[in-house]
Amino acid sequence: MSTQTATPDAPPAPTPRPGTGRRPSPPPARRTRGLTSRVMVNGVLAVVAVYTLMPLTWLLIAATKNYRDLFATNPFSLGDFHLLSNLDALFAYNDGLYGRWLLNSLLYTLVAAVLSTLVSVACGYAFDKYAFRGKEKLFGVVLVGVLIPSTVVQLPLYLMASRLGLVDTYWAVLIPSLVNPFGVYLARVFSEGYVPGEVLEAARVDGAGELQTFTKVALPMLAPGFVTIFLFSFTANWNNFYGALMMLNDERLYPVNLGLFMWNQNVYQQPELYPLVIIGSLVAVVPLIVAFLCLQRFWRSGLTAGAVK
Amino acid sequence: MVPFFALFTAVTVLPMLYAAWMSLFREESSGLGFGGTERVFAGFGNFAEALGDEAFLRSFGNIALYCVLYIPAMVGGALILALLVDSTMARARRFFQIAYFLPHAVPGLIASLIWLYLYTPGLSPITEVLDTLGANWNFFGQDEAIYSVVNISAWQWTGYNMIIFYAGLQAVPREVLEAATVDGSGALRTAFQIKVPMIRPTVVLTLLFTCVGAIQLFDAPKLVQLRANTMGEDWSPTMFIYTAAFKGHDYGLAAASSLLLALVAGLLSFVVTKLGNRWKAS
Repeated sequence: MSTQTATPDAPPAPTPRPGTGRRPSPPPARRTRGLTSRVMVNGVLAVVAVYTLMPLTWLLIAATKNYRDLFATNPFSLGDFHLLSNLDALFAYNDGLYGRWLLNSLLYTLVAAVLSTLVSVACGYAFDKYAFRGKEKLFGVVLVGVLIPSTVVQLPLYLMASRLGLVDTYWAVLIPSLVNPFGVYLARVFSEGYVPGEVLEAARVDGAGELQTFTKVALPMLAPGFVTIFLFSFTANWNNFYGALMMLNDERLYPVNLGLFMWNQNVYQQPELYPLVIIGSLVAVVPLIVAFLCLQRFWRSGLTAGAVK
Repeated sequence: MVPFFALFTAVTVLPMLYAAWMSLFREESSGLGFGGTERVFAGFGNFAEALGDEAFLRSFGNIALYCVLYIPAMVGGALILALLVDSTMARARRFFQIAYFLPHAVPGLIASLIWLYLYTPGLSPITEVLDTLGANWNFFGQDEAIYSVVNISAWQWTGYNMIIFYAGLQAVPREVLEAATVDGSGALRTAFQIKVPMIRPTVVLTLLFTCVGAIQLFDAPKLVQLRANTMGEDWSPTMFIYTAAFKGHDYGLAAASSLLLALVAGLLSFVVTKLGNRWKAS
């Protein structure tokens, strides 16, 4: 164990679940004053919840309207129900261009996140378990990498890619997203916390090679960390708009967000695109929200691992 | 290990070096624009040009103003919300956490797009409510546009940071809080004099990430600017770089600006960390 960081919470020992009454209610003596402040506190929380959920609610309602109702009806009242016909129109527009964008997004986010996580975990593991010269110096370079804003590197990357003839290819977006210095940092922390050196020794004694030891023994132990890093990487890629905007001209290679942006550029000439942008946003957001709700626990432990230093 | 460093070098180290190289040259059209362009060694000319460019400096001014408005509001808001959810009076804690965190699941550009429509009169419930109240607020006005941008960022990030602070608060030992209560400290006092100091490191880290994020701001202003004509296409530094490269085709200037932006980001991180450490030690 290094003393550098707190060990992350492993799911076997999760952070205390909020909402399960970890702290008892105040003693009865303070009840009367407690009531007003309780109403106040929960009132404030509720108002903020309205603020955070309102845009998404609006999106949901707006997605059921056709173009005429969008501008004619009250924003929070339902017009005629056009959700299905909007969906139809969305996937039919320009020979199913939107479906392509979804697949592209999947490639740029999911595939890239899996690969980048593998690379990060392997690298962090190596930093933790192997001794070699200049190790800490190299790790310092990684930490500097964490601090270099990704957008700053984007333009030089574009210039390099155009030199290499990679602009307007899948590679132009994929390759940069494979690097995740923060992931390496996290992986090292996880590796320190989860993989005891003795286990590796035992594996080696049993005749496993280095690579086999990593894939068969260490990687399963690192699974929770893997998911956490994966989520970080996934979010970063999903939010990557600046890079895609620079690298891609061919609309068949666009990820969803860039595609919607381009449609939005044209709504002033073609107002019939409005409903498409709205339904398109909804379709892009729903799977993410579902994924978030399902993977909450990993999020929580990941955030805590990154935050409590 | 090896693959990471190969990639890391390819996509971080090399571009920085290449940017440094590019920034020293200027493309000059020879003759009448026939025969393409040739590269001319410009020394630090591009840096001088960027630093002398009013739009570039103004973009930093815009971001500075944005930070002044956004950071206290967002970090303060996240902290207060975390304290409220952590307080003994809060109900439905899980629901509130999920509700606050959801905006973070929305990709930045799409969040900006949703808000852009929510700012648009005729589409938006907000402008409608304001109209019936007789308030006159133009989200795309010269002075109001920056608030529109700040709001988009706050909507996306407040909940996320609230979760981080909340996680920090969960780590505050129960005994300490009980001792405070026994000593007659009220809920407010406990919150601000005991809980907040205990999560100082987390707050500092959040400030650092927020600053580094703020300086890269692109999606939200890019979209708001479509309607807010007064903002201009070079409102934030990243927008300036994009415009210089893709509208002006001045790659040397764009590369020099990128390096200057990296420098400012580095300085900012350094200053925030220093101040943060001092505050942590106090």
